[in-house]
Amino acid sequence: MLKKTGVPSSEELAPAYPPEERMKQGAVAIIECFQNIPCNPCATSCPRGAIQAFDDINDLPKFDPALCNGCAICVANCPGLAIFVVDEAYSEAESLVKLPHEFVPLPKAGDEVVVYNRAGEEIGQGKVLRVQNPASFDRTAVVHLVVPRAYARDVRFLSVGVGARDENH
Amino acid sequence: MHRYDICVIGGGPAGLSAAKAAGNAGAKVLLIDENDRLGGQLIKQTHMFFGSEKQQAGTRGIDISSQLVDAIGRMPNVEVYLECAALGLYDDKVLTMLHKKRYEKIVATKFIVATGASERMLAFVGNDLPGVYGAGAVQTLMNVYGVSPGARVLMIGAGNIGLIVSYQLLQAGVNVVAILEASPHIGGYLVHAAKVRRAGVPILTSHTIKEAYGARAVEGATICELDEKWQVRPGSERKIAVDVVCLAVGLSPLTDLLWQADCRMIHVTELGGHVAWRDANLCTSQGHIYIAGDVAGVEEASSAMVEGELAGLAAAKELGLATPALELGLSEAREQLRALRSGPVGDKIRTGLALAQSGEVFGIA
Amino acid sequence: MGGKVVRIKEHPILKFDRGKELAFFFDGRELLGHEGETIAAALHAAGVRELSTSAVLHRPRGFFCAIGTCSSCLMVVNGVPNVRVCVERLAAGMIVETQQGRGDLGASV
Repeated sequence: MLKKTGVPSSEELAPAYPPEERMKQGAVAIIECFQNIPCNPCATSCPRGAIQAFDDINDLPKFDPALCNGCAICVANCPGLAIFVVDEAYSEAESLVKLPHEFVPLPKAGDEVVVYNRAGEEIGQGKVLRVQNPASFDRTAVVHLVVPRAYARDVRFLSVGVGARDENH
Repeated sequence: MHRYDICVIGGGPAGLSAAKAAGNAGAKVLLIDENDRLGGQLIKQTHMFFGSEKQQAGTRGIDISSQLVDAIGRMPNVEVYLECAALGLYDDKVLTMLHKKRYEKIVATKFIVATGASERMLAFVGNDLPGVYGAGAVQTLMNVYGVSPGARVLMIGAGNIGLIVSYQLLQAGVNVVAILEASPHIGGYLVHAAKVRRAGVPILTSHTIKEAYGARAVEGATICELDEKWQVRPGSERKIAVDVVCLAVGLSPLTDLLWQADCRMIHVTELGGHVAWRDANLCTSQGHIYIAGDVAGVEEASSAMVEGELAGLAAAKELGLATPALELGLSEAREQLRALRSGPVGDKIRTGLALAQSGEVFGIA
Repeated sequence: MGGKVVRIKEHPILKFDRGKELAFFFDGRELLGHEGETIAAALHAAGVRELSTSAVLHRPRGFFCAIGTCSSCLMVVNGVPNVRVCVERLAAGMIVETQQGRGDLGASV
């Protein structure tokens, strides 16, 4: 349960997912924002108006997936790093996931990386397709990862090589 | 003795915003800070700020700091004294200070005290060992001096500071072994918690530290679980190897100057301890003294900046500098504070502020 | 285990503009630090975490608040005791010594 562990349950996550028909159409933002805190950069940064301007900045984002093309500008602008893009139309066996990443070393296109779920558990590997890191993203890079289709809704973190994580707790 | 319209004491987010607002209103301002650079806690905040675009949401704290400092630097009517600690504030509006190791005095018509808050300590065996650090100290080492605080950190406290500093430790390449939170729930923003959980850092609620041990510095810690009555669950103790114990267990307003200046003080738990009574313009019971930022109530940097603006404009207005633009600025600031505090995470602050502004406690109308 | 305290080389958000390197002395050893940093930061980077001992029980003490308010980091610098090394800037040739208990003010006269 989110308030106790920092990891949302599937019930808590459900509202963040657009309907299945939209998921099949391709890249779309998944906004994992479940708490009413004063914050609105997702709406002010979206160039397509897919996230409605906030009347009250404490509201949860109001998102219209029909207007979203998965550009990931919101991914880089969310101060909570709580937005991800999932493209389940990428291929038959694989999906594309776009994750915010603020660690060094940054991966490079072509790298194989280890991927983790919301609880920090290793769930497999992914391949970096591309890293978006323009100046306008102000040091929040967005990593485009190709992962097996089954992981797309769970992959939320990646690590590059040895030493990035210490498992000896 | 130099004379000023407004003297702002403390150059963090609240003080910088107050000096900028008062300066823009045309006041002759002196801003003092005991450090050798301005910015207060902002200079360590590498994360993107929340709030709205009016408080520069999405901009990193360090960059907001530079923007404010640059703005002040361009104002000829705002003077800055660095390495200047306020010593005493008197009824005749004299402020005594230690400025670059010399004793000096100034006179100002209005004062804005924006001295912030300091870290709380936690009582446990071994809490004085080298390696037990406040969260702010860890941030200073990593983010200001680029020195890693250690290799394996145990973070105590899952409020915003504990969660954010844990994330910053990961960014500095340091392993955060666990975050302990004594209460049954995570106190900070859940998005901060989610960021560290997916990076592999466990958050153990209903847990606390019993002991830090080591020969000459921290080598490990004994942690334990708490039951519903906040008592240690027998047999739940276990040891973990760490070399840093980082305390993020809350802040207390730094109100010494306000006590000394004879402001009416009131204890408000929701605001972090003793704070000065204040009116809707952030003016204390001493008409020449205003407050802004964490010293007025421990909150967030975004509200500290807006409070600074409010106090700066309110003080300037009292000096006869009111213009339509100033009045607009005042109502804008009030509206921003209302918006920042209107959600569920603002419940505690609103309760606290109601007490701190209450007329009933001292029979003030 | 034991902490390996290092200078951060690469950081995802920050660029560290370290001043020029300079030499100073700690308890007779020559160490290197950078202009512009505090004595405490330079010591920490060199792996020194014990800065003083407590007055009564002689317990090891180090850094705590980093803003000059807690009195945990007091050391003798160039013969002057009770220097808050967490706010005092490093200078070339400084002689820094672990302070044992209360500072001996006689030493500075």
